[in-house]
Amino acid sequence: MAVVKLFGAWLSPYVYKVIWALKLKGIPYEYIEEDLSNKSPLLLQYNPIHKKVPVLVHDGKPICESIVILRYIDEIWPQNPLLPADPHERAVALFWIKFADDKSPFISKLYRTDGEEQQVAAKECFEMLEVIEGHALVGEKKFFGGDEINMVDIAFCSVAHWLGVIEGFTGLKIFEPHKFPRLNSWIQNFKSIPVIKDNLPDTDKMSAVLKRRREMLLASKSS
Amino acid sequence: MAGELVLLDFWPSPFGMRSRIALAEKGIPYEYREEDLRNKSDLLLQMNPVHKKIPVLIHNGKPVCESVIQVQYIDEVWHDKAPLIPSDPYQRAVARFWVDFIDKKIYELGSKIWKTKGEEQANAKKEFIECLKLLEGELGDKTYFGGESLGYVDVALVPFYSWFYAYEKCGDFSIEAECPKMIAWVKRCMQKESVAKSLPDQEKVYEFILQLKKVFGSE
Repeated sequence: MAVVKLFGAWLSPYVYKVIWALKLKGIPYEYIEEDLSNKSPLLLQYNPIHKKVPVLVHDGKPICESIVILRYIDEIWPQNPLLPADPHERAVALFWIKFADDKSPFISKLYRTDGEEQQVAAKECFEMLEVIEGHALVGEKKFFGGDEINMVDIAFCSVAHWLGVIEGFTGLKIFEPHKFPRLNSWIQNFKSIPVIKDNLPDTDKMSAVLKRRREMLLASKSS
Repeated sequence: MAGELVLLDFWPSPFGMRSRIALAEKGIPYEYREEDLRNKSDLLLQMNPVHKKIPVLIHNGKPVCESVIQVQYIDEVWHDKAPLIPSDPYQRAVARFWVDFIDKKIYELGSKIWKTKGEEQANAKKEFIECLKLLEGELGDKTYFGGESLGYVDVALVPFYSWFYAYEKCGDFSIEAECPKMIAWVKRCMQKESVAKSLPDQEKVYEFILQLKKVFGSE
């Protein structure tokens, strides 16, 4: 039987995307936690170009980059499909997945920067939320995928969980429920899905680690 | 199946070139519409309200935005001719990985080469060549990244060749000297009509860059 291994890091939203996809499709896998400050030789062998997590290894063959991994999983295990079957609807879904992938790094920039750089990141995040509210969630949909979540919902996970934690300890206020009512509903709905709810990093632990990381990053910048 | 097909594009855009090549490879007729990016058409703004960018592929009135998504869409809808994306799921994942790599690196580094000077430019040149060398490694001894025929990675990468002369002039270096295998691959691609007809003349692109440099004030 083919073996599925996932190299990850407990804090990374990119890793959770893969975990959720595997669990939604009922695929057993072995999880290997990586210490990103001391990457294993195996990880470096499997992902020599980017040296990052997540890496999925299926039958000994590595697949890198979270969206590439998600599409691979969706194609190998077609149960509970994560993308629409219709080519145009799929193109629209992929557009939003790319948008999420391109913009989500600004969420992590919120804690990695300060001053003007942080303000730029905050503006990018706010504009991202405006676009989602105004363009992606129109039509009274419960999820981006309709009645069930799909790859687009998974792609926007940083907005649903990581953003709130980062706003908490940086004191930034970008997402406000009354400004983004559709997004607010979506976040509640998304986090109520059992597979999502049961597989999210603990917010207190996240806060503590990211706060510490922020302090170290900013200290090393000024020295 | 063909229906009405319109491509909103801008002649020097390497992203637009990707869709042009894909459509030409499959012999699909379409209407090419040149956009003036300083005066974008209502159609463009309506079809791509989020980014307001080209290229936009409009099929039977419905827009497909983002060049890599357009190439995938074209390959799916017109799957019976000149397939670009591998049929094996693992090979498909590998191809997508490299297209993602090209998208993350080549355009941005290339832009830095013509937009900046001094140390920033030197770093960009160095990283640009490193990226091309990684791509050479992936190509190996194959005729194309897609094997014996043009594939997804070839279509995603070859448009940037039309900007190489501009990068070389602005950065004062030779890409062929550093990456001969890459240029050899380019020349094989350029022998295909679908590619040769879709790429603008390199000198024209260089003139265009010089105009842009004036606007950006880096001349």
